[in-house]
Amino acid sequence: MGASTAQLMPEFLAAIASRPADREQLIPLLQRAQATFGYLPREAMEGIARNVRLPLSRIQGVATFYNQFRFTPPAEKPVHVCLGTACHVRGADRVLTAMEDTLKIQEGQTTPDGRFSLERVACVGACGLAPVVVVGGRTYGRLTPDRARRLLRRARA
Amino acid sequence: MALPETQTAPVRVMVGMGTCGLAAGAREVWAALEEELSGACVQLSQTGCIGMCEQEPLVDVVVPGEPRVTYGGMTPERVRRVVEEHVHGGRPVEEWVVGRIADAVAPYRELEFYRSQHRIVLRNCGFIDPDSLEEYENRDGYQGLRSALATDPTAVIETVKQSGLRGRGGAGFPTGLKWQFARQAPGEPKYLICNADEGDPGAFMDRSVLEGDPHAVLEGMVIAAHAVGASHGYIYVRAEYPLAVERIRRAIAQAREAGYLGRGILGSGLSFDLTVKEGAGAFVCGEETALISSIEGRRGMPRVRPPFPAQQGLWGKPTIINNVESYANIPHILREGAESIARLGTEKSKGTKVFALAGKVRHTGLVEVPMGVTIREIVEEMGGGSAEERHRLKAVQIGGPSGGCIPTALWDTPVDYESLIGAGAVMGSGGLIVLDDTTCMVEMARFFMSFVQKESCGKCVPCREGTRRLLEILERIVVGEAEPEDLERLRGLSETVRGASLCALGQTAPNPLLSTLRYFPEEYLEHVHDKRCRAGTCLALGHFRVIAEKCPGCNKCVKVCPVEAINGKVKHPFVIDPDKCTKCGACEDVCSFDAIVH
Repeated sequence: MGASTAQLMPEFLAAIASRPADREQLIPLLQRAQATFGYLPREAMEGIARNVRLPLSRIQGVATFYNQFRFTPPAEKPVHVCLGTACHVRGADRVLTAMEDTLKIQEGQTTPDGRFSLERVACVGACGLAPVVVVGGRTYGRLTPDRARRLLRRARA
Repeated sequence: MALPETQTAPVRVMVGMGTCGLAAGAREVWAALEEELSGACVQLSQTGCIGMCEQEPLVDVVVPGEPRVTYGGMTPERVRRVVEEHVHGGRPVEEWVVGRIADAVAPYRELEFYRSQHRIVLRNCGFIDPDSLEEYENRDGYQGLRSALATDPTAVIETVKQSGLRGRGGAGFPTGLKWQFARQAPGEPKYLICNADEGDPGAFMDRSVLEGDPHAVLEGMVIAAHAVGASHGYIYVRAEYPLAVERIRRAIAQAREAGYLGRGILGSGLSFDLTVKEGAGAFVCGEETALISSIEGRRGMPRVRPPFPAQQGLWGKPTIINNVESYANIPHILREGAESIARLGTEKSKGTKVFALAGKVRHTGLVEVPMGVTIREIVEEMGGGSAEERHRLKAVQIGGPSGGCIPTALWDTPVDYESLIGAGAVMGSGGLIVLDDTTCMVEMARFFMSFVQKESCGKCVPCREGTRRLLEILERIVVGEAEPEDLERLRGLSETVRGASLCALGQTAPNPLLSTLRYFPEEYLEHVHDKRCRAGTCLALGHFRVIAEKCPGCNKCVKVCPVEAINGKVKHPFVIDPDKCTKCGACEDVCSFDAIVH
């Protein structure tokens, strides 16, 4: 557990324990945990399991089903490369390759300094501006491999 | 805001702040406008997506008494001149104008992109500030609800039935009939769900409606609640659409405040409230029974139907699930009458449909057209044809992973539910991706198969195992390792997956594959027999080479090649060693002279 996770944990556990919830609240609680910590630490899932009165295995079963949830801490600036249909036909895989080369990591990995992670996503719904990437929560459109490289260099500086 | 008549209305400047606008730089344009306009008596506001995605960021200047002027491709640098010459000087900067709207009902008459459009669902998108309930009300907002509340619920259902509206999420089930089933089904309470889990890659109309006109969806839902007797509703939105989530939440709070939601709505006996549920990223949750499982806090897996949700849905109670676009049609039907929808479209498909036009087409964006217009009209007239002169259009992909590719020869097919199925595609949610001769149809089939294989929930064997085997065969074909028998295997296995899967995800998964196999068999045969890809995108087939006449010998490619496969002298044409080349394509990307081809 990282320093900030350890710091935030007691408050999170106390906040959810104060309001017992039913199963309908399970996914919203997981989303709240992820918004707090950036991922789902085991302790948070255990707290949620107590809160909704279900075994931890069930909680994990639900959490692992959905693409949104992650189980390791995120990078400072996550990079999501859209590989939806419109982006695909407009050369998104070349954009992804350029980003892999620039960050020197493969899709699904995080840079050793923890600053960038690289993930593919199915569609961010900005198809009119394909190809599209999302860096640190901001969406950038009309990318080329070259523009992608420059975007990352600027984000790194 | 209604101003006293003695006071002159201020000049209004609007910035398109949907996801597309923001991605193109609307935030920077907004900041520049704030700075330039500070102190001036000008009303600066945001608006949703008007559908002209490729021209974003868009800025509109409205001088009272004059047509609204739309500027495209705005940058902070352009802002200064527009403010100086147009806002203050009254002279539009003609070179950046993309259109003028004199008439909000039929905007931009002179533009091909808008001429054939008929905007019902998108009527307010790009015209109002989505965060302002007042602006929605000023354009007849919640009038449909008022007339519904003055009418008996069964009469409301009758009106929706007469309009001929069918589900816009893709399957096309008659909306009024679905409502009638839920009304008649025993069990209390009844629930209402809005399916805004727009997971189909290539579709973004639901996002645009939620971002640009959230109250229209709410109004449609409250009318539905009155009609079927529901007391609570859910809006299930993709978490990937944070702006849509934010705007719909704000709209719900405003609607509660104004008495459009809550107890005794507008003084009637109707009590109805809404909860927003953020989806957690699973394509299969677009399937209604999977979506219900997800709201209940479970893994989003579908179950066998019947019973249909209208009989037994959320928590086992009668539940209506409609798509965003379906709900957005409802206020219009109640306000303008069933005939306003029924007179548009074809015999079996009434009203309009919003299509998300993207891919290799000149004008990308959202178009809302009466059902029954042809694919050719949408792509060639409204979309302006090929994005690049030198490339020839080949097909459109309609309906996403459940849909198919329709070749140019069949572009006179009208867009309605039945005709599209006949052509091997589906209406789906309305994603329309244009493909040209640089798109390999086999690769396209592999792309969609890989998507559904990843998103298959794993509950039923035909889908879980079948899509994986189909993907493996397609992967063999695109790298040139397939055997001739593989094509028959694809056909046979597709039939099994189609016929035996539990839900629509598996039942329609083979569609992109079967439609490309049906219309582009030669591309499959070339990959299998000649190890050739005519589009040049299957990198494993063929090799990279330098066109000597085009290569000035700049050596940029030499620097990016990770395996030192490019040899030669600076200022002389370089040569690629096919034995060393790993076909990564880095040299092709970096070449400024188009001298490297595959």
